[in-house]
Amino acid sequence: MSALIKSSIARKVVMALSGLFLVLFLLLHLTINLSSVINPDIFNQWSHFMGYNPLVQYLMQPILIAGVVVHFVMGIVLELQNNRARTVKYAQFKGSANASWVSRNMIISGLVVLAFLGLHFYDFWIHEMAYKYVEVNPQDPTRYYAETVEKFEPIWRTVIYVVSFILLSMHLWHGFASSFQSMGLNNKYTPNLKKFTKVYALIVPLGFVFIALYHHLNPLTH
Amino acid sequence: MAVLDSKIPTGPLAEKWTKHKNEIDLVNPANKRNIDIIIVGTGLAGGSAAATLAELGYNVKTFCYQDSPRRAHSIAAQGGINASKNYQGDGDSDYRLFYDTIKGGDYRSREANVYRLAEVSGNIIDQCVAQGVPFAREYGGLLDNRSFGGVLVSRTFYAKGQTGQQLLLGAYGAMNRQIQRGKIKSHTRHEMLDLVLIDGKARGIIARDLISGEIERHSAHAVVLATGGYGNVFYLSTMAMGCNVTAAWRAHRRGAFFANPCFTQIHPTCIPVSGDHQSKLTLMSESLRNDGRIWVPKRKEDTQAIREGKLKPTELKEEDRDYFLERRYPAFGNLVPRDVASRAAKERCDAGFGVNKTGEAVYLDFSSAIARYGNEKALTSGIKNPDKDTVTKLGKEIIAAKYGNLFQMYEKIVDENPYNTPMMIYPAVHYTMGGLWVDYNLQTTIPGCYSAGEANFSDHGANRLGASALMQGLADGYFVLPYTIGDYLSDDIQTGPISTDSPEFEEVEKGIKERIDRLMSGSGKHSVDYYHKKLGKIMWNKCGMSRNAEDLKSAIDEIAALRKDFWENVKVTGGKQGMNTELEKAGRVSDFLELGELFAKDALQRNESCGGHFREEYQTPEGEALRDDENFKYVAAWEYKGEPKDAVLHKEELVYENIKVKTRSYK
Amino acid sequence: MNLHLKIWRQQNANSKGKMVDYPISGVESDMSFLEMLDVLNESLINKGEEPIAFDHDCREGICGTCSLMINGEPHGPDRLITACQLHMRKFKDGDTIVIEPFRAKAFPVIKDLIIDRTAFDRIQQAGGYISVNTSGNTVDANAIPIEKHKADEAMDAATCIGCGACVAACKNASAMLFTSAKVSQFSLLPQGRVEATERVQNMVRQMDLEGFGNCTNTGACEVECPKGISLENIARMNREYLMATSKG
Repeated sequence: MSALIKSSIARKVVMALSGLFLVLFLLLHLTINLSSVINPDIFNQWSHFMGYNPLVQYLMQPILIAGVVVHFVMGIVLELQNNRARTVKYAQFKGSANASWVSRNMIISGLVVLAFLGLHFYDFWIHEMAYKYVEVNPQDPTRYYAETVEKFEPIWRTVIYVVSFILLSMHLWHGFASSFQSMGLNNKYTPNLKKFTKVYALIVPLGFVFIALYHHLNPLTH
Repeated sequence: MAVLDSKIPTGPLAEKWTKHKNEIDLVNPANKRNIDIIIVGTGLAGGSAAATLAELGYNVKTFCYQDSPRRAHSIAAQGGINASKNYQGDGDSDYRLFYDTIKGGDYRSREANVYRLAEVSGNIIDQCVAQGVPFAREYGGLLDNRSFGGVLVSRTFYAKGQTGQQLLLGAYGAMNRQIQRGKIKSHTRHEMLDLVLIDGKARGIIARDLISGEIERHSAHAVVLATGGYGNVFYLSTMAMGCNVTAAWRAHRRGAFFANPCFTQIHPTCIPVSGDHQSKLTLMSESLRNDGRIWVPKRKEDTQAIREGKLKPTELKEEDRDYFLERRYPAFGNLVPRDVASRAAKERCDAGFGVNKTGEAVYLDFSSAIARYGNEKALTSGIKNPDKDTVTKLGKEIIAAKYGNLFQMYEKIVDENPYNTPMMIYPAVHYTMGGLWVDYNLQTTIPGCYSAGEANFSDHGANRLGASALMQGLADGYFVLPYTIGDYLSDDIQTGPISTDSPEFEEVEKGIKERIDRLMSGSGKHSVDYYHKKLGKIMWNKCGMSRNAEDLKSAIDEIAALRKDFWENVKVTGGKQGMNTELEKAGRVSDFLELGELFAKDALQRNESCGGHFREEYQTPEGEALRDDENFKYVAAWEYKGEPKDAVLHKEELVYENIKVKTRSYK
Repeated sequence: MNLHLKIWRQQNANSKGKMVDYPISGVESDMSFLEMLDVLNESLINKGEEPIAFDHDCREGICGTCSLMINGEPHGPDRLITACQLHMRKFKDGDTIVIEPFRAKAFPVIKDLIIDRTAFDRIQQAGGYISVNTSGNTVDANAIPIEKHKADEAMDAATCIGCGACVAACKNASAMLFTSAKVSQFSLLPQGRVEATERVQNMVRQMDLEGFGNCTNTGACEVECPKGISLENIARMNREYLMATSKG
């Protein structure tokens, strides 16, 4: 087993699987968030369910966190290993001639998204944990909408969110289809998968951008 | 005959090899572990021999100047490999392959060797398929064949235009398997500089580590030289830049006879020379002559107009073109053997019909094939009355499927699209039939020194047929040498390891070191390439596609003078230690400068025209080669006696018992 | 035409190298790139300087010896060719051309532009073959019919010339395209299936040991490969590897 996890291909498969899992999670996240634009009540209901359902809290949440951790830890491990594979750098390296910027710079888009996750966790998850387990407040199924919209009031946070989603889009643009290649799937469906990847990589982050901008432009009336 | 014993087994031709294998001594498996064999050169012949000998249990040490055995120049063979499988059911047989090869070689090769070659040819294909060589296949899943020059059957197996590559990689894989098992010790970036004899037997080599510059001693019970051909004596050839004669020449100087050095193949379809800076010529596979038609304009004024760019070849009407091969050789047409095709092209160019700026090119035209295939494809696709554009489009697709990689290669080099305008081609030095003289067992005249593949002289006589080089290399390496060498080594089972601390090794190493010192102490007037190019010019102009006594005599003098100049004035930069590519080249060129002279001397003594050797004095009124079987039906084997001019000729008479010697005709 | 060359010079593996400027004039457009270097070397020799050491042999794009990084791309700006097939007509008068060796930790520099690619040989030695003896006592070649398209696909993978452009082009110096080409060739053929499990595991293990980087599917290797070896081979190797691993 230890030999397996040292193998480059196995590590890439771990990246691919954790990445795909996160891709799926994004869709769920987006669906719930979109409800905040459509109907605050539904958003509150869904959020409450996610916040207090034991299955979500004690099974899915740890899995999600593990997925994120595995993805970024492995990503950094691989990046360091890749850097060591070329100790003397080229005086001139024309990467743009044969590969896209996004595919060559997954570490940049990845680290930006990771940094964003820090803020995002601070904004929502830490707050949520404190509310529930530190302060031990009673359940309030109506608080989520207001808390969310409030967050987008300052322009700086909205800008950070929007920029991060653009980087997320880039990360997905390469990463989604690439994960299939890593798992050994490259066949007649691949061209269509690549098209789908591009659509997905645009639509999902765009959805998040839209939500962020919508709430920023439609603040709560106190 | 006292000196040269070809050791051809007695008995009927078809049974000689089997009988011989049954009669020769073997080494038992336990004893093989105590026997070391050095193999110099790891192309098709050396690589396959190394793999098989290691499988049998011998300890093998291989040497090559390349950074990996996978880069040997066998890799550049494009068209295919012959085998008398008769998969096409067109009447092929071992005898027919044997016959075609002897005839193609213009009756200057040994019957028994060639028959053995034909006999094992089928095994090669079986073996290579088992190794995973991806030969071309038909839709039914069986192996496909194509035709090559000089034969009337389809017996050539191929892997796109990269057959040599695939076969070499097969042998390389087999070698790798033995390297992994520890049975082969591979020394890459090493060049053999001399052969060490102990008590008259080959017992080791002196090699230079091309990275560190160290001079190393390596011992063994037998030494196999599979170092390829010496075509680079012409400077410009289709050989790789590093191909050289050094190993073979060093063995020659130590007592191995050099056979038929003047038998050199000039391949008709190469990309013409473009300028003085040219370093190498590129071959366009003979398979192109399956579909390409060779022509020049009929009228000189058209030729002139084409050269000046006023007329495009595609604009010249059909009746104004001279398809000279079809005209002169109606039976074989564009698929005459290489020597015949080359000479015919030279004849037209010398007569002033050459179509490029220098007047040294003829056309190889695919437009009729494109039209033919296009019409066929239109019919099978159910297109009725197709217009010309459709036919051309369909035809080009078929041509691209067959020769796409060659067309792409041509376009990259010449910057013209051969789908739209005919290719320009001209003959170039391609293969050397001559080489170290070997007996039936592939042993040279030095006991324990063997030679395989292009490095020996054995199978192709005065001209090699297409797709036969790969066949010979693998036959020698996989199927012949591993058995015949056992006969010799069976006497060595109690010899024990050969020490490299003997006076013999000491002395040869000292000689090599002095030689390197001498190379590095020239006055420094001219670079190594300067001399190599000069030698090449002499060889091409005076010992090339057609030769005459006067030119050959002056070539001998000029080469001797050039050699003297070389040793006095060559400039070798850098030092003895570490990598020094100039020093490597200097050593090789110094040997070419000796071989070149022997080459001319050999051509001068052979007062006949046969195969690739064309003497202007000996031709029919129509300009065809005039062979002299009465006086020259022999192998010329040269013994080294100091200077090339002092070399002594020994003749091995060729005996034809199973084939009627007649004038080769492709009309 | 006149050109300005910037070339990596390094005396040996242990010394420090540097880029050196060489102006060159009189370059003709129908010269090959290596012939242009020949001209430069001739002039250096005549000046008593050591010529630039670069690897080359067949000069017709098949041996895989030449290994130049030209203006930041392996084998230069043209596609589907090796450096020896690159012609000077691809450049303009006054151009600056940067020439470096292929760079990877697994490909240490030997001298100037010459690198050590024996790591590739060791990967092949780990399993790049079918373990049959070369005795010739095998079944008849036509006893194993192989679907034409599979044979063709195997051939496409087998055309790899082992030049290392894939490693040179890869931002991670990964050798996946090289390794996968051989794994693919044999996994597509019935003769090769027999030991497919061991082959892919052994070759991948050796590839990792040599210190090549990981594949991040940028596709640079496929674009720069002089033989156009497809990324599909990497996917196939990944698949083979996963299957082999699941078998244990």
